[in-house]
Amino acid sequence: MSKLRYERPVIKKLETGMPNKFGSRTEYEPVTQIDGVSVKSLISEYGSPLFVLSEKTIRSSIRKAKKAFETRYPRVQFAWSYKTNYLNAVCSIFHQEGSWAEVVSGFEYDKAIKLGVDGRKIIFNGPDKSEEDLTKAINNDSLIHIDHLDELYTITELAETLKKRPRVAIRVNMDTGVYPMWDRFGFNYENGQAWDALNKIMHSGKMELVGLHCHIGTFMLSASAYGIAASKLAELAIAVEQKFNHEIKYIDLGGGFPSRNTLKGSFLPGSDTNPSFDDFAEAITTALVNSNFRKERLPLLILETGRAMIDDAGFLLGTVVSNKRSSTGRRNTILDIGVNILFTAFWYDHRITPAQTFTHYTEDTCLYGPLCMNIDVIRESTTLPLLNKGEHVVIHNVGAYNMTQWMQFITLRPNVILIDLDEKPHLIRSREALENIISMERTPEHLSNIG
Amino acid sequence: MKLSKNAAISESGLLFNPVTGESYTVNPIGVEILNLLKDEKDLDQISKAILEKYSTDRVSFEKDYQDFIGMLQHYKLLERNETTKA
Repeated sequence: MSKLRYERPVIKKLETGMPNKFGSRTEYEPVTQIDGVSVKSLISEYGSPLFVLSEKTIRSSIRKAKKAFETRYPRVQFAWSYKTNYLNAVCSIFHQEGSWAEVVSGFEYDKAIKLGVDGRKIIFNGPDKSEEDLTKAINNDSLIHIDHLDELYTITELAETLKKRPRVAIRVNMDTGVYPMWDRFGFNYENGQAWDALNKIMHSGKMELVGLHCHIGTFMLSASAYGIAASKLAELAIAVEQKFNHEIKYIDLGGGFPSRNTLKGSFLPGSDTNPSFDDFAEAITTALVNSNFRKERLPLLILETGRAMIDDAGFLLGTVVSNKRSSTGRRNTILDIGVNILFTAFWYDHRITPAQTFTHYTEDTCLYGPLCMNIDVIRESTTLPLLNKGEHVVIHNVGAYNMTQWMQFITLRPNVILIDLDEKPHLIRSREALENIISMERTPEHLSNIG
Repeated sequence: MKLSKNAAISESGLLFNPVTGESYTVNPIGVEILNLLKDEKDLDQISKAILEKYSTDRVSFEKDYQDFIGMLQHYKLLERNETTKA
């Protein structure tokens, strides 16, 4: 006779009606497969922890976003935000779906060029563009979004030296009624900095002013703020047209749309409460069509949303290292997933699901990572089914920023897998090896002998 | 090791301690262990009974058993004069 599935013995005090920081149980079904591929087989083949990206979800997200905007506005262009996830396979999916590239450093710019992106379809943002970066961008006819006056003057000089007419926009920051107001990037709208910069560009005659750009925040939970931003950029564009008889070709509303993650401290889950693409599209396009643009001269609307496009397509698979008790009797579970690879654990209460069957019994649990560092906490308080050592978990909505902001710290970074539309997994980034790390080091001769 | 004689356990895993008025839920394997403890079985006997029925190994079970006993002590559900024998 086969034996029964073992579950740890557990006793839980009943505290009916008492609120606690762990909340109620949220997971009712295990996640045993992702896009038809079993979690167990993925871990056995590619190791644990393991990042998994779903091509199906990525394509579905970008198509959903495009549909939301294109059904409301005649001219829409998406640009893939490289910093959100610049793995070549991921960028290629977005470029195949028609996205341009939006980069914020010389490194990202070179990555886009190397991937084969047409220089004219690269938007170059960010406060630190070197003369070398700008020269490349000018020669490739890329769209340069100016962040400050020093950059504006550098581009003016380069335009003369290179005998080129750079295509530029300015980044505008503004009060859209949300807190905190982002005013560190670009030129301020309310105090006249933005209008001043536009006048300088137009009077210099050295650059082609093609657009206006803003990026009002991140993980924005208010769609109406984008409506205000769109109205303010439209006013600037119309003012330029009236004063200089010059047409602004595009308005770039940047990114900042939230994914389905739940921000720490939120009362309700993000999947239920965060605004959708349709909400943002309605706010932005309504503001633009209600502005004073003539119908035949509506500017191209560019969107650089990153997080909302990729976060929900990413999963992080991991394994239980150990179960412990804290001094107060709380369940502490250690996973092999640390904050060095799951940076977003600092921002979100990530949804975490066991990857094998479980009963309805739960424990109030604190999930720690494997790092010998006190800050390595994946979830401070969650109510989870009973997990045994060696069992697997799936962490949801991890596709944005983790594969760019991760760091090689204490442990090595793991494999990344993409599951294609035919449910076939592909290794798209290999796990690091000790050799990768030490190959960049140089030891002075006098330190080569440690005795 | 002995479960507090006042503790009442239902088949479905509801444990009530009339001394403190507190109630607990216990999963099925926990109920089995509590009943074995009530019958004053020792660790070897409990371990044998569990390993015969469930797919686990002795080391894993004994680690979980000690954790379970620790929580019973934490909730003061073991006989006071026996708690040091774990």
